[in-house]
Amino acid sequence: MQLEARDIGFRYGNGAWLFRGVNLTVKPGEIVGIVGPSGQGKTTFARILAGFEEPIEGTVTLDGFSVQNKGYYPVQLVFQHPEKAINPRWKMHKSLHEGWKPDQALLDTFGIEREWLTRWPGELSGGELQRFCVLRALGPETRFLIADEMTTMLDAITQAQIWHAVLEISRKRNMGIVVISHEAKLIERLCDRVIELV
Amino acid sequence: MLSTPEEKNKQPLLNQRRRMLLTIVIALLFLLSVVLGGLFLDEGRIATNLNERNVPPSFDHLFGTDWLGRDMFTRTIMGLSLSIGVGLLGATGSALIALVLGMTAASMGRVADRVISWIIDLFLSVPHLVTLILIAFTLGGGFKGIVIGLMLTHWPSLARVVRAEVLQVRSAEYVQMSKQMGKPRWWIALHHILPHISPQILIGFMLLFPHVILHEAAVTFLGLGLSPHEPAIGIILSESMKYLSSGMWWLAFFPGLCLLIVVRTFDQIGEYLRTLIDPTRAHE
Repeated sequence: MQLEARDIGFRYGNGAWLFRGVNLTVKPGEIVGIVGPSGQGKTTFARILAGFEEPIEGTVTLDGFSVQNKGYYPVQLVFQHPEKAINPRWKMHKSLHEGWKPDQALLDTFGIEREWLTRWPGELSGGELQRFCVLRALGPETRFLIADEMTTMLDAITQAQIWHAVLEISRKRNMGIVVISHEAKLIERLCDRVIELV
Repeated sequence: MLSTPEEKNKQPLLNQRRRMLLTIVIALLFLLSVVLGGLFLDEGRIATNLNERNVPPSFDHLFGTDWLGRDMFTRTIMGLSLSIGVGLLGATGSALIALVLGMTAASMGRVADRVISWIIDLFLSVPHLVTLILIAFTLGGGFKGIVIGLMLTHWPSLARVVRAEVLQVRSAEYVQMSKQMGKPRWWIALHHILPHISPQILIGFMLLFPHVILHEAAVTFLGLGLSPHEPAIGIILSESMKYLSSGMWWLAFFPGLCLLIVVRTFDQIGEYLRTLIDPTRAHE
């Protein structure tokens, strides 16, 4: 399965174009980095790739077909702020199991402790919450993962731990990843190629 | 003059929690006495008894008797139980209408939103009482007319609140996420949106309830509500108007006071609940 964005253009309302004519192709198992200064529309582009937003121009296709908007979307996005991406009125296990049920081994790889599952989101730190968000997005039907500043707010050790786990799954399932980050070192380390959004 | 530290730290005798508890106790006492009273009070006490006409309050007749010798205490309790029943029905119906319309407006697309917002504005632009009288009158008055009228007139402000809340939570990242995970619309409405707005609905209901009782009494007082042979508070008050000038103050005083206390306590509970539950007001 191949994720392809062709001639994407987007603007909010009648404002100026945020970007136009952006092309991106991600093959299965490939890891692509997107860099660019703040406010250039990296997050918006990520939202378009993951089907949260319809592009004004251009198309997003999977293997040449546009994705129907019913059922599990094969492109999943991990947000920058985990505390906004988790329902504050749900216990953690309900949030985690919303899309699929990961087994114990996966919970261990992501360093999620059993007792966290029965807590409220307010009782976990940002880094702990982000582990849940990442794991939640990695359902068996996920073909591509969009990581929008996924580990920016975490300490170096946690960053490494989460990325190791994600890369392992990507290798095992041949899942493509799009990495959006300001950290040049991280992009350099992870990605097969880098695209600059200007 | 500067206040000493002791004066600054002085706690009020009743803090908010205690005041809320006290209000709830009073409200419960009223509810209990009204329910028990409706069950156990002797129908015979409101029968005409011409030997005991116009008796001022005494231990035998706590609220006195009227011009037909009927015990006013019994009539008041019965009137209150009728009023509270009507209020409960009216407030529940209104809250349900508000919930359904608010959620529909916020989640069924732009046309539905326009239409429902227009209806809300329409209802809010006319005073409650006028629409209520119109609807109750059209339906032929009586219990059915007044209850349906109350249900159809008290929902707009709550519906507006619900609509705004739903719009807000719908744009939350975790709800969009849920959609991308293939969850159906009804599932999202039930699991994400409903739990988010249930406190608003509860508070709205608690604040609607006294409002509805008061309007029921007002319409009945004007003679457009419940029929005159039912001992509703509004009927009692409007009948006693004729006798006030002859110095029989107890006819209007006690039923009016009871109505006031019931309305006030439930209104207070609603306000306290709002302060406690509503995060934007939690600092008060």
